[in-house]
Amino acid sequence: MILLDRVTKTYSKALGPALNRISIHVEPKEFVIVVGQSGAGKTTLLRLLTREERPTSGKIIVGGIDYDKLRDKEIPMLRRKIGVVFQDFKLLPNRNVFENVAFALELVGASSREIKNTVPRVLEIVNLKGKEKNMPLELSGGERQRVAIARAIVRQPKILIADEPTGNLDPKHAWDVIKVLEKINRYGTTVLLTTHNVEIVNKLKRRVITLKAGRVISDRANANYHL
Amino acid sequence: MKHKIITFFRILHNGTVNFLRNISIAVAAIAVMVVTLTIVLLSIVVNATFGNTINQITSKIDISVYLKNNVSTSQTKTLINQLQHLNNVQSVQYLNKEQVLRQYETQNASNHQLALAISESSNPLPATIHIKPLDLNKISNIKSFLDTPSVATLQSNPPSYSGSLQTAINNIAHATDVLRKLGIISIIVFAFISALIIFNTMQMAIFNRRDEIQIMRLLGASTNYIRGPFIVESSIYGALSAILSVIIINSIFVTASSTLQATTLGLLDINYATSYFDSHFWLFMVLQVIIGVAIGSISAGIATRRYLKFKVQN
Repeated sequence: MILLDRVTKTYSKALGPALNRISIHVEPKEFVIVVGQSGAGKTTLLRLLTREERPTSGKIIVGGIDYDKLRDKEIPMLRRKIGVVFQDFKLLPNRNVFENVAFALELVGASSREIKNTVPRVLEIVNLKGKEKNMPLELSGGERQRVAIARAIVRQPKILIADEPTGNLDPKHAWDVIKVLEKINRYGTTVLLTTHNVEIVNKLKRRVITLKAGRVISDRANANYHL
Repeated sequence: MKHKIITFFRILHNGTVNFLRNISIAVAAIAVMVVTLTIVLLSIVVNATFGNTINQITSKIDISVYLKNNVSTSQTKTLINQLQHLNNVQSVQYLNKEQVLRQYETQNASNHQLALAISESSNPLPATIHIKPLDLNKISNIKSFLDTPSVATLQSNPPSYSGSLQTAINNIAHATDVLRKLGIISIIVFAFISALIIFNTMQMAIFNRRDEIQIMRLLGASTNYIRGPFIVESSIYGALSAILSVIIINSIFVTASSTLQATTLGLLDINYATSYFDSHFWLFMVLQVIIGVAIGSISAGIATRRYLKFKVQN
């Protein structure tokens, strides 16, 4: 589902590579956690997967799409196929909860009827029923993150990338978000989660890839957090 | 196809919503566009009115060639034929001595003494050829033809070129020409200024919504899906400005014709201008909307192009 083959990303030669010849292979329907301290390369890895950045060298294939052959004008299409959840939520500030989730469907040309049918069901999955009319600023951090998740999954992507989605949340809300991600994974979506929350990693007992200084230093199934 | 239609209507909807949300920013852009479009429309109406005034004057003017009494019918026919083939000749009308007399009598019907002074038996009036030129400013070829010795010998008197009226017509033509050029220059200048202001307004709107645009990008919105609403928004500025400008001009003419005692203002025939505007009202409305929407959408298109370039960091 996701393949990175000897991928290197260097922003400046003086700083050295942010990612250094990393190779990762994620199977369909897997739940993979990428851990590492700040500056380990987690966010760079996700930015490469969403094509916000190009690798300096190496090959990336996601959902059968070879990024080497991807033209700039095809990037929007790629992003519509991947669900992304950001640490800072990235909700559209002038749209309410319903409209934020609906926006993802608007981009793929869904009809108004489809949107009216689908959005409430997804909001129910993330436990936000009744909050449809609220604006993002009227929600707690956990609720905002669940709106972002709803937006990411409403198109039923095969891959969901979550970049430290619990980073700005208190433990209770963090667990709410993780439970939603697990639920989505059970429905068959491949989840790639980055975090440095030890408790979450240890409780989930999933495959853990550990990054340090831009390198993969361990890749274990049912693993705990250790650096 | 269905997807494209849905997307098109969404872009229209989003553009309209953005317009309503950013109405305070829109006011400046609309104000400048109203000025531009008002000048454009006024120039068109004023030009048409001046054109009509000149036409009215020039249609009454022709070149009269007075023939000697001994000119034969065949000589007259030849001369008429030659005149008809000259450049810049619209029409040639021949009046024989009797017809000229009838015309004289009709013109002086109210003055019995003048009518009596000239009788058919002692008709001193010469047969006359009236030449109507296409353009009064370019009659030199007709003049030189009439001055050629062979033609000059047929004439009893020098031809009449409408005398001092010609100078007046030249002055009017020159003045309207200058006004027309000024009109075109002011249209270009104001169109440029309003395009610039809309351009800046759009850049400001994009700058304010740059985070939103970035989010849309990350979610997979295409450039056109992001740009479309901006273009719709500024097209609404253009259309609204066009309607306002037509209303303003309409009010000016209604006020002018009801408050001014005179029917003209200098060279400007207000009555004609009002009726010309009224009879072309919907044409002007459509034309103004097209110009307004074009200025708005083109400037928004350029402004967003600069900000919406796809950048993938290497």
